[in-house]
Amino acid sequence: MTDIKRRTFLRATVASGALVVAAGAGLLKPTQVLAAAWPSKAFGAGSVDDALKALFGTSARAESGDIKITANIQAENGASVPVAVRASMPNVTSLGIYVHKNAQPLAANINVNGGAGYLRANIKMLKTSKVEFVAKAGGKLYTKSVNIKVTAGGCGG
Amino acid sequence: MARKMQMRARKVGDIAELMVRVTHPMETGLRKDKKTGKKIPAHFIDKMSITHNGKLVVEADLGIAISKNPIMGFGLKGAKTGDKVSVTWKDNKGEKGSMTKEIKV
Repeated sequence: MTDIKRRTFLRATVASGALVVAAGAGLLKPTQVLAAAWPSKAFGAGSVDDALKALFGTSARAESGDIKITANIQAENGASVPVAVRASMPNVTSLGIYVHKNAQPLAANINVNGGAGYLRANIKMLKTSKVEFVAKAGGKLYTKSVNIKVTAGGCGG
Repeated sequence: MARKMQMRARKVGDIAELMVRVTHPMETGLRKDKKTGKKIPAHFIDKMSITHNGKLVVEADLGIAISKNPIMGFGLKGAKTGDKVSVTWKDNKGEKGSMTKEIKV
């Protein structure tokens, strides 16, 4: 009797151990674990490539005509720059906004699970910069950028 | 402290856009108090999730580059008037808020 219990316990331990290994190896994607932790590494990254690598494991991305950006190319106030993006390719699972010249480029990233590949936000911009929108669809990364001119920066006092 | 929230939906092409507004300071943690010279600690919304008729459809991770009193827009597929939509957010200090509404599109 005790022996059976011991075996069950061992089996359970081995199984949960495997789960930890799977999570560590990146086999469990953030979209699958919906209560995933805030990706502090990606938000703390100093470049767009590093932020993408922290989120998706790669920064290789292709320009796509299926991403449509709505934004004013001239922003009066960098503290609040309205941008909207629609990724209309099928199976969009992620969509993010990256401001190249901000100290921390990643502004927002959404994980889509049955919703549409659409995101609108008011973002802070330090200065005139390329703003890139990266969508993940079918396991691949797609991108489109726009250059937004800022007359007064929004990251200082 | 409960923060003011607003939401509404409208049709944009083949999808519905859900606009969410939360009154929140969105402090970056980089700004200094001009009087004391001390850094104002970071205080910003870092997570937002949208459920559409009880199903979690969008989960957003937000950073310090989102403006004060953020206005966020998310996309809903196949949304109809009367659909129940909930928005839940939390910030880096653990403050939370949520709102549920029957939308009109």
